Amino acid sequence: MHAPQGGLMVAIKATLKRDLTLMLRRRGEVLNPLVFFALVITLFPIGISPDPELLASIAPGLLWVAALLAALLSLDSLFRSDYDDGSLEQLLLAPQPLAALGLAKVAVHWLLTGLPLALMAPLLGIMLSLPAGSYAVLALSLALGTASLSLIGAIGAALTVGLARGGVLLSLLVLPLYIPVLIFGAGAVQAAIFGEGIAAHLAILGALLALALMLAPWAIAASLRISING
Amino acid sequence: MWAFINKLRSPKWFYAISAKLQPLFWVAATLLLLVGTVWGLAFAPADYQQGNSFRIIYVHVPAAFLAQSIFVSMAVSGLVFMVWKIKVADMVATVMAPLGAAMTFVALFSGAVWGVPTWGTWWMWDARLTSMLILLFLYLGVIALRGAFSSRDSGSRAASVLAMVGVINIPIIKYSVDWWYTLHQPATFTITGRAAMTMDMWAPLLIMVLGFYSFFIALTLMRTRSEILRREANKRWVRELAEETN
Repeated sequence: MHAPQGGLMVAIKATLKRDLTLMLRRRGEVLNPLVFFALVITLFPIGISPDPELLASIAPGLLWVAALLAALLSLDSLFRSDYDDGSLEQLLLAPQPLAALGLAKVAVHWLLTGLPLALMAPLLGIMLSLPAGSYAVLALSLALGTASLSLIGAIGAALTVGLARGGVLLSLLVLPLYIPVLIFGAGAVQAAIFGEGIAAHLAILGALLALALMLAPWAIAASLRISING
Repeated sequence: MWAFINKLRSPKWFYAISAKLQPLFWVAATLLLLVGTVWGLAFAPADYQQGNSFRIIYVHVPAAFLAQSIFVSMAVSGLVFMVWKIKVADMVATVMAPLGAAMTFVALFSGAVWGVPTWGTWWMWDARLTSMLILLFLYLGVIALRGAFSSRDSGSRAASVLAMVGVINIPIIKYSVDWWYTLHQPATFTITGRAAMTMDMWAPLLIMVLGFYSFFIALTLMRTRSEILRREANKRWVRELAEETN
């Protein structure tokens, strides 16, 4: 039995590296939310109307809701494979605090889900004839907002990872908690279209992220303990 | 203080003390609800703008109060359960959840009924109705999560965590929905600001609120007692109790 080697930073770095490597080897899982995002956006003009003016007026909300659902869809796999192969138990046994290691996992999830969604959104914005001048705000608000979504969603994922069919339940738990982020995220894009100040919206999105960064890791750690020991 | 907390740990003690408290709250609830209903529906003056339809607030406002307080009590019970491992706290949280969801539904439904004469429609994406709807989803999430676990202990702890996460989010959701509503407020409706209520409208409302709270406490005590019997069914004191009554 070796004494635990290295401090907190070593463990966080190792978790980041491991998760990044694993995710990059399963490219399908990284691409699926993006394809889902594009598909859902395709459904709206077909279901509502191809009229560019109508689409432009609802584009901010549509893009934000679709991105939110795509982020939600990817949550179930956040802890699933680690739970199945037992590496989540090793994470719990590690001498470093579970909250920090969970945060590292969430960071990788955001990097490979939230950030690509934010980068892809302007492209889909063009297809919905989103008014010019709001593209950068759309990407920025999504990049900020999806970080909060990943943190909040990870609580739900950690709570349901021990359940055989937790997918639908996960969305039921997490979606109500997503509403503030949706309001200010879509609000930022709307404000940019109407030429109003966007700083307030982005500041509140940042505040929500700060709050989630502070509190969510503890809830994630507690939930993982419940799911593993139960 | 610690002796009291230690006593609370014992379901048997809670079972005994709630037997004494329960009738008090049932009597209080019956009296307050009777007086409040009759006064509010028959004797309080009609509103000069809304006429008699304003009387829905005598159900709507107490239900909305309870809907929010029950969620907070549920989260506090969850915290107590997680920190001090007091099983009774979890039993209380278990039996409160459906009542809270029902109260949220009553608040939503009475709001919709009030909307027909006032707004001319059953549903408006009004800030308060929207927050209430989200609260209902939060309740359903907690209930569903508890039911999804096959082990009761895991379900209890998971539901406690979710209730605590929810209670932190409730104010955030409430303020963001308020802000969203002021931004998107439809121009066709101008909802008159609430005029200060006169004493003879306000007093029955206060009585109704107290009555709803008494009812909630009485029902929670009653259902917690059944929950204690169910969970402690193979403990000696419960068996002895069953033999005595047989």
